Amino acid sequence: MHEMSLAEGIIQLIEQHAAEQDFQQVTLVHLEIGKLSNVEVDAMRFCFDAVCENTLAQGATLKITESPGVGWCMDCAKQISYQALYQPCPECGGHKIQVTGGNEMLIKELEVN
Amino acid sequence: MCTSCGCSHGEARVEGGAISHQDEHHEHTHGHSHDHGHSHDHGHQHSHSHDHSHDHSHTHDHKNDIHFGKGAARSHAPGLSQQRMVQIEQSILSKNDQYAAINRQRFQAGNIFALNLVSSPGSGKTTLLTTTLNALKDSISLGVIEGDQETANDADRIRQTGVSAVQVNTGKGCHLDAHMIGHALEKLSFEEQGLLFIENVGNLVCPAGFDLGEAHKVAILSVTEGEDKPLKYPDMFHAADVLLLNKVDLLPHLNFDVELCIENAKKVNPNIEVIRCSATTGEGMQAWYQWLESRRIALLEKQLQPLKNKISAIEQVLAKPISAGVVN
Repeated sequence: MHEMSLAEGIIQLIEQHAAEQDFQQVTLVHLEIGKLSNVEVDAMRFCFDAVCENTLAQGATLKITESPGVGWCMDCAKQISYQALYQPCPECGGHKIQVTGGNEMLIKELEVN
Repeated sequence: MCTSCGCSHGEARVEGGAISHQDEHHEHTHGHSHDHGHSHDHGHQHSHSHDHSHDHSHTHDHKNDIHFGKGAARSHAPGLSQQRMVQIEQSILSKNDQYAAINRQRFQAGNIFALNLVSSPGSGKTTLLTTTLNALKDSISLGVIEGDQETANDADRIRQTGVSAVQVNTGKGCHLDAHMIGHALEKLSFEEQGLLFIENVGNLVCPAGFDLGEAHKVAILSVTEGEDKPLKYPDMFHAADVLLLNKVDLLPHLNFDVELCIENAKKVNPNIEVIRCSATTGEGMQAWYQWLESRRIALLEKQLQPLKNKISAIEQVLAKPISAGVVN
């Protein structure tokens, strides 16, 4: 997807929170990237390192947790583990699946001072 | 990058002019000003110096008590760093989503039916749009926001139909985002209760991820492309509610399998509606106009229902006036 503009978005959100929550420096950024979110984790690391230079997050450790894909199969009428988008249901082979988890890109928390 | 509204538009321009923020975001204490004409590549350094004035509104008491301020408890022993965790739990795309929500509210307030037209370059999007505008302009108010990297060619073509159009040039950017749409709306003047068409940058990848506040994404695919396009670019076809399969007048000259294409589209989006059409011959265009009208009415009715409920509730209250001596 747009790892570079997402990384810039992360810095913007951090700066916004820094003003609201009164911190000057970030030492850890914890992201939760869903398995189904179209974000390439390596590209995200690369872009974050580039973008955090000369910001309050410079040198911060980037911790990325990947959350699993979860879907609701309308044919099975139940929740299924879903490894990749647009794939058939692993249990019944149908395509009527609604993604219910694993497509988020969240900033979970920051370690700051 | 604008740290007040958070946009990082680089070279994005609306109607040839850089996006200006003079009228907005003044409820913050950052006194710096910046221009938006600068271009930057992605190795840029953030050279804005921020003079924060912090309001430390807690008092020091001289025992060893812990002071509770914002966030976790802090100790004020000098020399100790005030390390703490701050919970954020916020989506990285939340900025775009926020702007999209504002656009959506604006559309709702004006009873505007907004559509985001997406496709690869060369699908016939602009011709299909001008044909549509010419067919509808006498019955309903219309407006167009055009997105391209460069030139105002498409907006000029639209204006020739007599419909109001605003051109957004993204420069190096590959998609329109909700913030650009917000600014473009300021330049667009068309009456409310109409249709707004947003013609996105020709690109089957990036626009899929960016909500503009539209009611529906409309994907346009030409029969001169491949039947497997929906499988190759699944995010876009998954995000669209209707697929216009365009240029069907050319089918006799091609080896395009229409049924296979539709089957592929339904694999990535079982609910997608498909309309076969030709903007040049007019074939199928009635079905497209009917889709527009039925979805527009559906949206208005959905907006109407809570208002009707409110009226009904108030009418019920009015029907039972309290008069002296009568107990309800």
